[in-house]
Amino acid sequence: MEKSYYDPKDLAKFGNIAEFQPLLASKFFDYYGEVFKEGALTEREKALIALAVAHAVQCPYCIDAYTTGSLEKGADEAQMMEAIHVAAAIKGGAALVHGVQMMNKVKEVMM
Amino acid sequence: MKSLAAQHSLLADAAFQLDVLSQPLPQGRVFPAFGQRLQENGLLPLKPSQISILQINLGKMCNQVCKHCHVDAGPDRKEIMTRETMQLCLDALAESTIQVVDLTGGAPEMNPHFRWFVEELSKLGRQVIVRCNLTIILANKKYHDLPEFFKLHGVQVVSSLPYFTASRTDAQRGEGVFEKSIKALQMLNAVGYGQEGSGLILDLVYNPAGAFLPSSQQSLEAEFKRRLQQGYQIVFNNLFAITNLPISRYLDYLITSGNYEGYMEKLVNAFNPAAAANVMCRNTVSVGWEGSLYDCDFNQMLDLPVAATAPRHIRDFDLASLSERAIVINQHCYGCTAGAGSSCGGETVNP
Ligand code: SF4
Ligand code: SF4
Repeated sequence: MEKSYYDPKDLAKFGNIAEFQPLLASKFFDYYGEVFKEGALTEREKALIALAVAHAVQCPYCIDAYTTGSLEKGADEAQMMEAIHVAAAIKGGAALVHGVQMMNKVKEVMM
Repeated sequence: MKSLAAQHSLLADAAFQLDVLSQPLPQGRVFPAFGQRLQENGLLPLKPSQISILQINLGKMCNQVCKHCHVDAGPDRKEIMTRETMQLCLDALAESTIQVVDLTGGAPEMNPHFRWFVEELSKLGRQVIVRCNLTIILANKKYHDLPEFFKLHGVQVVSSLPYFTASRTDAQRGEGVFEKSIKALQMLNAVGYGQEGSGLILDLVYNPAGAFLPSSQQSLEAEFKRRLQQGYQIVFNNLFAITNLPISRYLDYLITSGNYEGYMEKLVNAFNPAAAANVMCRNTVSVGWEGSLYDCDFNQMLDLPVAATAPRHIRDFDLASLSERAIVINQHCYGCTAGAGSSCGGETVNP
């Protein structure tokens, strides 16, 4: 198969979304830039959060971007993998906690 | 690991490296010429501001063979500065107003005339910086007293420590380097280096261990201080964050790992005119092991001597005509002008 849905080169073209709707794109990128500036959290902490979220939403572009981003902000491999485990724990926990709903329903409909 | 020279690699040849940097990429893509970027920002020709540092490369001999080494240094390299050339440097300094002398290599301490040279420089009353790779202090008994020697002459010690963990440091600088570096730092601390109020300055240098750029120097420094203090009771003064320039062994790494295009793209996209206005070649002149003069240690390794309008050997040193010269630039200079800028003293602008 020649083409696939994800092409790593498309990451660099992210800015091109402005082509179809400049105003909303510029508002988004301004906001995005502001979010990742050092604030109550350091830039490194924000990069690690972004890396974890990228795994939770399973975005390959963001995984690439925030793997390098975390390295550039001085994070080490152990911190990066721990961040992913946090995402995994929340994702797994979120699925499992709905088990209570399943159990409630079972109890409701079973004799 | 061997130096590129010992491997007879094509990349050991400076002209070949310059070719690689200017050739179009496989799909015909060409990065804009660095000179063009300077011109757009009114910085061409690039001229010195005030020359205040003489950086002297005492040779290519080194006890380490780091993967990112822009000198292609190593135990198999025999090029070292002679005492006669050192004397020429002393004569030039005695005649000039330059107050800071930055000794580099290789491992400058491996030059047999190193101690004599430092003593003479300190007699001249100049501030001496030594770029010490740390492991040299433990490499051989004869180097164990280097911390005391540095202290005696008030030498400022600047040492590479790519990271505060063993895996990443060893990946860049060789197996076991982290552990030895930690011991050497403790020895430097023990004689007073990095300790508050001692006046003995110990600075660390951070280079990314891979194909990425350094982050803010300030936040890295805070993290390094915390981790080195907690883990090993080590203290130091400043951390310099340095970008790896795409030359020599780092260029070899970029090409063989498939990171060349992506890394150059990063550097080019991060071009910062404020960093370009503050590049270190504007206040530094670099002397090669054979006495030739260069705009910086990188140009030295690429065999790009200072412009012919200026003296090209330390024996003809002349600050006035060096101050008038145009600095020789090329594509590798993108490494000094990316983001917050990079020099031997770390960032050149506040982001
Ligand atoms: S980077 Fe420094 S310590 Fe490493 S091989 Fe080069 S000169 Fe030696
Ligand atoms: S590589 Fe050398 S000449 Fe080029 S900008 Fe950096 S310091 Fe200046």
